Amino acid sequence: MWARLKRDRVAVVSLWVVVGLIAIAILAPLIVKLFGLPAPDFQNSNAVDEFGQPTGPTGANPLGVDQLGRDVASRVIYGARISLSVALLSTALSVVFGTLVGVIAGYFRGWVDAIVSRMLDVLLAFPILMLGIGLASACSIGNGCLGGLITPGVPVVVLIIAIAGFPYIARIVRGQVLSLREKEFVLAAQSIGASPWRIMLRHLVPNLVAPIIVYSTVLVPQNILFEAALSFLGVGVQDPTSSWGQMLGDASKNPDQWWFMLFPGLALLTTVLAFNLLGDGLQDALNPRKRR
Amino acid sequence: MTRSLASPLRALGSPTSRYIARRLVWMVFLLLVVSLVAFLIFYALPSGDPAAQRAGKGADEAQIERVRHMLYLDRPLYEQYFHYIKQVVLHFDFGFSYSNNADVADQLTSRLPATISLALGAAVIWLVVGVAIGILSALRPRSLFDRIAMGGALLGISAPVYWLALVVLALLSQSYGVIHLIPNTGSYKPLTQDPGAWFTSLLVPWIILSLSFAAIYARLMRANLLETLDQDFVRTAEAKGLSRRRVVMRHAVRAAITPIVTAFGLDLGILLGGAVLTESVFNIPGIGRLSYDAIQDSNLPVIQGTVLFAAFFIIIANILVDIVYAVIDPRVRLA
Repeated sequence: MWARLKRDRVAVVSLWVVVGLIAIAILAPLIVKLFGLPAPDFQNSNAVDEFGQPTGPTGANPLGVDQLGRDVASRVIYGARISLSVALLSTALSVVFGTLVGVIAGYFRGWVDAIVSRMLDVLLAFPILMLGIGLASACSIGNGCLGGLITPGVPVVVLIIAIAGFPYIARIVRGQVLSLREKEFVLAAQSIGASPWRIMLRHLVPNLVAPIIVYSTVLVPQNILFEAALSFLGVGVQDPTSSWGQMLGDASKNPDQWWFMLFPGLALLTTVLAFNLLGDGLQDALNPRKRR
Repeated sequence: MTRSLASPLRALGSPTSRYIARRLVWMVFLLLVVSLVAFLIFYALPSGDPAAQRAGKGADEAQIERVRHMLYLDRPLYEQYFHYIKQVVLHFDFGFSYSNNADVADQLTSRLPATISLALGAAVIWLVVGVAIGILSALRPRSLFDRIAMGGALLGISAPVYWLALVVLALLSQSYGVIHLIPNTGSYKPLTQDPGAWFTSLLVPWIILSLSFAAIYARLMRANLLETLDQDFVRTAEAKGLSRRRVVMRHAVRAAITPIVTAFGLDLGILLGGAVLTESVFNIPGIGRLSYDAIQDSNLPVIQGTVLFAAFFIIIANILVDIVYAVIDPRVRLA
């Protein structure tokens, strides 16, 4: 698989872009300091003009400032942290939970499978985005929900996105396990007395790695856009933490200030595009029969 | 739950009608689950006192208590839920907005035409463009056209719709664009009032909204058609001496288009519940803009109304797609 991926030039370039973006996210404070940019939450009241409007690119703020006088360049760089961590974390949660549920339903079949499949059907037909928006906005009033346990912000966003994604993984894994469990190697493991847990974890899960990789690469760019959309609507990542979607949400209230919306949008586009291209490349590498 | 319902439904006749009946029962069940979750989110979870918010800023203790009693908020939760379902189902009553005391149900219905205009117009564009590009790409895989089209499609699925809208507005908006070409945001007029302004104000939102869908449909159509063209029945049709055109259009495309029908129904259902992102950027007074504004002022009854309304459309679309699918595709197992 690795050899095939390396032959795909587009996939290799997008892989490097992804690696670069992860490096930017991890090294954000260093990069901001290196370029001599203000900190992302530093409000420079001199940077906004006399009407309190954001100003465009200058020497000190190469990409302009936002409505509070915060540096757009530095906020875009820090935005990579939120975007990538939320998307990767929620994808990981979806994958772990989806695999667990799918393997159990597929291996035990019978009533366990019936209950799990029904619940997945409900979740798949459920308007999770709308209910997520509702949850995040209902919990933004007062002390949040459940006595302050749920307040809008990164954990709730990760959870909503993970819940929206895991039924797909679970359904695919269940289908794979239903056919894998009839194979000889599973029968062999059963005949020497391996416990169901051992069979599931040591024998079935390793055989599921390829399809899981394919579906997680589809999920990551979707989840990046999901987080951005929630933050754009004001129910996702909250100020002062910077997120590209939230910056675009602020920019849409000042639509004539182009620098304010151009750069977070370009960052978002580049990131999603790189993950989509990498995903396409991985799918081809794992599925050599597919005609391109 | 479906198994226990199977026996009384057997009396209904053909397998298809039994299947439809079972899907409808499932739909009612889903709607009940959604309403329960929405109730928990909006009534049980928030820590803010709904009665105090309902009563307004200057209200004293007695007024708040009166509101609490009037809205059943002093009853146990299950009674509140029962009351709430009864109001929604029997009286189409979603409560009243916090901000201007307007009836939420009235607001939803008055906003519906704008949302339908936006969603249907965009749907026509993305269906035609997406399917056409997908077919052309699949017929000449790896050609220059295919590469450009699929590159463009990848850009289309990667760019957030609200950002594209902001970019187009910055370039072309009448008041602040580089070229003053397209009408300002918020210039929407109902079709019945001014068809010309309706069209010109919606043209750009239609195109922007349809871009990402057209991209998805083009990729889907291309992949399905490529797979179908490899199958035996296509080779048979070719061997019979049918023209290339007939083989592709009458045999292959027909078989490859069923997943598109499914996706189309679901996407349209989602958009009819409010294209929140597009409507908010272009300031189109539809259900999406209503929910965007409500989110900005934490206007819970309105958010709840739009969430339930959207959920309703999504679930109905899901069930309709299942039923249509069972009718057009005989391979669907009805059991």
